[in-house]
Amino acid sequence: MSTLAVHDHAGTHHDEHGHEHHHDQSFLSKYVFSMDHKMIAKQFLITGITMAVIAMILSILFRIQLAYPDKTFPLLTTLLGRFAPNGRISPDFYLALVTIHGTIMVFFVLTAGLSGTFANLLIPLQVGARDMASPFMNMLSYWFFFLASVIMLSSFFVQKGPASGGWTIYPPLSALPKAMPGSGEGMTLWLISMVLFVASSLMGGINYVSTVLNMRTKGMDLWKMPLTIWALFLTAILGILAFPVLVAGVVLLIFDRSVGTSFYLSDIVLNGVQQPFEGGSPILFQHLFWFLGHPEVYIVIMPAMGISSEIMSVNSRKPIFGYHAMVYSLIGITVLSFIVWGHHMFVTGMNPFLGGVFMITTLIIAVPSAVKTFNWLATLWRGNIRFTPAMLFAIGMVSFFISGGLTGIFLGNAALDINLHDTYFVVAHFHLVMGSAAIFGMLAGVYHWFPKMFGRMMDEKLGYLHFWLTFICAYLVFFPMHFMGLDGVPRRYYAFTEFASMQKWLTINTFVTWAAIIAALTQFGFLYNFFVSIFKGRKATQNPWESNTLEWTTPVEHLHGNWPGEIPTVYRWPYDYSKPGAEEDYIPQTVPYSQTMSSNQPHDFEDNPAGLEELNKFTSTLKANEQVK
Amino acid sequence: MGFRKLINSKKLLSFFAAFMLLGTNLLMAQTAAAGAAQEEAPKVDWTGVAYYVLIFFLICLGIAIVGKILKVYDLTLKMQGKKGIKWNTVMAVICIVFLVAGLYGAFWSFTEQGSMTLPEAASAHGVKIDEMFTVTTVLTMIVFFVTQILLFGFLFQYRHSDKRRAHFLPHNNTIEKVWTIAPAIVLTILVVFGFFTWQKIMNSENLKGDINIDVTGHQFAWELRYPGKDGVLGPKDFRLVTGANLLGVNFKKKSSFDDLRVDTMYLPVNKSIRLNILAQDVIHSVYMPHFRVQLNAVPGLPTFFKFTPTITTAEMRTKLDDPKFEYTLYCNKICGGSHYNMQKVVRVVTEAEYQSWLSRQKPYLNDALRKELHFASADNAQSGASTNRLALNN
Ligand code: HEM
Ligand SMILES: [Cu+2]
Ligand SMILES: [Cu+2]
Repeated sequence: MSTLAVHDHAGTHHDEHGHEHHHDQSFLSKYVFSMDHKMIAKQFLITGITMAVIAMILSILFRIQLAYPDKTFPLLTTLLGRFAPNGRISPDFYLALVTIHGTIMVFFVLTAGLSGTFANLLIPLQVGARDMASPFMNMLSYWFFFLASVIMLSSFFVQKGPASGGWTIYPPLSALPKAMPGSGEGMTLWLISMVLFVASSLMGGINYVSTVLNMRTKGMDLWKMPLTIWALFLTAILGILAFPVLVAGVVLLIFDRSVGTSFYLSDIVLNGVQQPFEGGSPILFQHLFWFLGHPEVYIVIMPAMGISSEIMSVNSRKPIFGYHAMVYSLIGITVLSFIVWGHHMFVTGMNPFLGGVFMITTLIIAVPSAVKTFNWLATLWRGNIRFTPAMLFAIGMVSFFISGGLTGIFLGNAALDINLHDTYFVVAHFHLVMGSAAIFGMLAGVYHWFPKMFGRMMDEKLGYLHFWLTFICAYLVFFPMHFMGLDGVPRRYYAFTEFASMQKWLTINTFVTWAAIIAALTQFGFLYNFFVSIFKGRKATQNPWESNTLEWTTPVEHLHGNWPGEIPTVYRWPYDYSKPGAEEDYIPQTVPYSQTMSSNQPHDFEDNPAGLEELNKFTSTLKANEQVK
Repeated sequence: MGFRKLINSKKLLSFFAAFMLLGTNLLMAQTAAAGAAQEEAPKVDWTGVAYYVLIFFLICLGIAIVGKILKVYDLTLKMQGKKGIKWNTVMAVICIVFLVAGLYGAFWSFTEQGSMTLPEAASAHGVKIDEMFTVTTVLTMIVFFVTQILLFGFLFQYRHSDKRRAHFLPHNNTIEKVWTIAPAIVLTILVVFGFFTWQKIMNSENLKGDINIDVTGHQFAWELRYPGKDGVLGPKDFRLVTGANLLGVNFKKKSSFDDLRVDTMYLPVNKSIRLNILAQDVIHSVYMPHFRVQLNAVPGLPTFFKFTPTITTAEMRTKLDDPKFEYTLYCNKICGGSHYNMQKVVRVVTEAEYQSWLSRQKPYLNDALRKELHFASADNAQSGASTNRLALNN
């Protein structure tokens, strides 16, 4: 094979590398304090999965409360002790459950678990680098994340329970320890955990950006990068710019809580006692929070978009439709996502004119989202679609993104949001467009790159079952919630028993809970498949999906530095699938145009006149030959 | 090989039967026990728990068996020189089944749960919001159905075949421009429409002719205060809050004296209402969904919402054919343990009913408060300053 064309630019570097590592690594440096990006990716993935399972169990607990508000379950008391006296979850603990569920899912699973796993795994492998720009910082990034996870979970073991002001922790509720039990030590732990989390995320993000910018292999210019890399790259930029603002907000909150400042507090009488705060503004926190919070939702979805784009192209055996449009829409989303945060605050009492402005920017951001959707559909059109589990999950991601994105158009309209804000309509919106879509993107990635991570294949049939049950149940869970929202049913309510008008939703709640339970149980099938396949799965071949990207040119057995010899050079974009005239229905990025004369097109040489001339010569000789015949 | 597996799965089958029997037994035991232990302190019903765990394992077992059978079937097909199960086709068929079932399900949900949503808007601006909601729904639902049908339709139509190659189509600038510009136009229309509606609803000018109502949220209740004859609400200061003066009304000002303390929110129909909204401890949110009214109650940041109720409670009761119907005001921003139960009844009545109700309301300045403020008479101007200090010392 001549695909691993030898070039001397990185040769010396590799030799040094090879001698240093490869052999006799201790267990500790190989599996625990590893600085190898592939191992760190696995650490992120497995921690992320663990956190996801925990957050999922929390959600089942509060779903049980919603479905059976007046039944008692002694088992809950056995499991949760003082948090569920007399067989029922207490109202305060209910709020703690939704808070920690949301926090873990948004930050620990869909930010760190998703970006952490796939940025670490794919960036070096797909741009052709031996490792991250700074492997040590990369390792720190994981361990800060791990520490943040442990601290977040440890808040279940403090006397008054974990933070419970919602994942958005609006002060004054979160700032006044006496306002609710969860605003005591639980809140302190939440804040510490989030600061560590942001530190982790920044260290990761800086690494990802510098690796993409500086360490691409020869020939890999920006416009030859797979969409996964574009998405992860832009996600990292978003994170670097947005997360520090959250830290600022959190630090001021810590001051308000423990130093007695009044950044967010003013004119407060709590339980009949005047508090000494004056001059602060609770709205300030919301601005700071959503200045991160909105980019955050795109931090969550963009990697899923990139992963799905790549997987759909590979499995439709078709180039992604409108590669440039896909990149520009990602860039558009990245830029616009910084100027729409106010749509979370339409009814906070913010100046109505500001609300109007945020409404305009918000609906503009729907345009790039629509373009992406149409391009995905066009990618499937006239494809030759292989249904691997990864492909199914990628498709599920698109379906959820459509369903949830469309409700965003309601919410982005300030006038409509008056009646929809903080109702179950919002819950339905973001669980579809963010929760389900991003989880499906993540699962698609896990199924697709499992062979790259573990050298073995996952079981396809179990993957099919996992997909269909989860997909159907997710719709069953979230679709009816739209209508609850349209009936004015508020989110974060412990029970709907106190309102005559809400009692009619009880049957729907029971139904939703059972759908959620089935979906949750289905995930054990995935866990089984995942962990058993790590050890017992069918051995993977080097390029099991017949894919074009660089990661599949590395050997199945992992080695430090990724490629045994030279890092391959890249000659073409990653989406030459089913090119007319080619022998196979895929042409890896490492194959030079000189070897594929029969399939080259004028389009391939837009910025390469010499190549175009050669192609013209080739076609004219071809024609001449034909005429001779 | 395949044969051995079949035997194996038969063994599993008999296991399955045995478990089923056991399970039924356990269920019986559980119901009996549950009946007996009703009155005592809650005790964990371990047999019941075990039963559910068993069911779960049984289902897993069932799935494993089906998986085995499929594998065997696949193998035998292959041994006979056939192709094996065509999973691509199976999945494509499931996709199309899902599409049909999903469309039906969505339709069913729209009709069934859709009919359980809020009745028509009971306020003037609410009607405009509902119009816009309808337009948005129609537009987005068209997109929803078309894109989902295309998505799953394509999956079925273009499922894998060895005989075919995909159509190499990297891009098409014309069509890409079309589907960038088309949503942009639709969204522009929605934005323009929405922007003006929003500005009109939140319009902060034109305050005359309003009935001012003071709504204050605290953990976990709403306090209502109506102005007296002068139509002006007296000013408040959180430093003046005491047990008797829950809202901290400032009685240095004349306008405070005739304010009314009210329990249920009565609103005259077709009159412009201005809700002055404030919270004392944490953020709450005044939410009156029937009127399409919502605004957060923020400590230290007084806000207001203006609206005009158009349908009386009595009319709404006949419309909905529900004699017990009430408009409600409730809290829609997480505010602590009893957030889920912070309600006020709202009654929209005719002007005459409103006036007669109003005349029966008690003044905010009740006897306890008078005593606390050392008021000999209502217009004792001197005591204002001392009140202030008194409140602070509390
Ligand atoms: C089509 C584009 C979208 C529009 C116009 C849109 C609009 C909105 C608006 C206006 C809200 C605030 C609703 C409220 O609280 O009253 C909202 C909430 C939310 N959106 Fe979107 N959205 C869009 C896409 C997305 C995407 C792609 C994601 C995530 C991947 C997302 C995640 C969320 C989340 C998490 C919330 C709820 C936050 C909370 O209050 O807890 N949205 N969306
Ligand atoms: Cu947002
Ligand atoms: Cu409240």
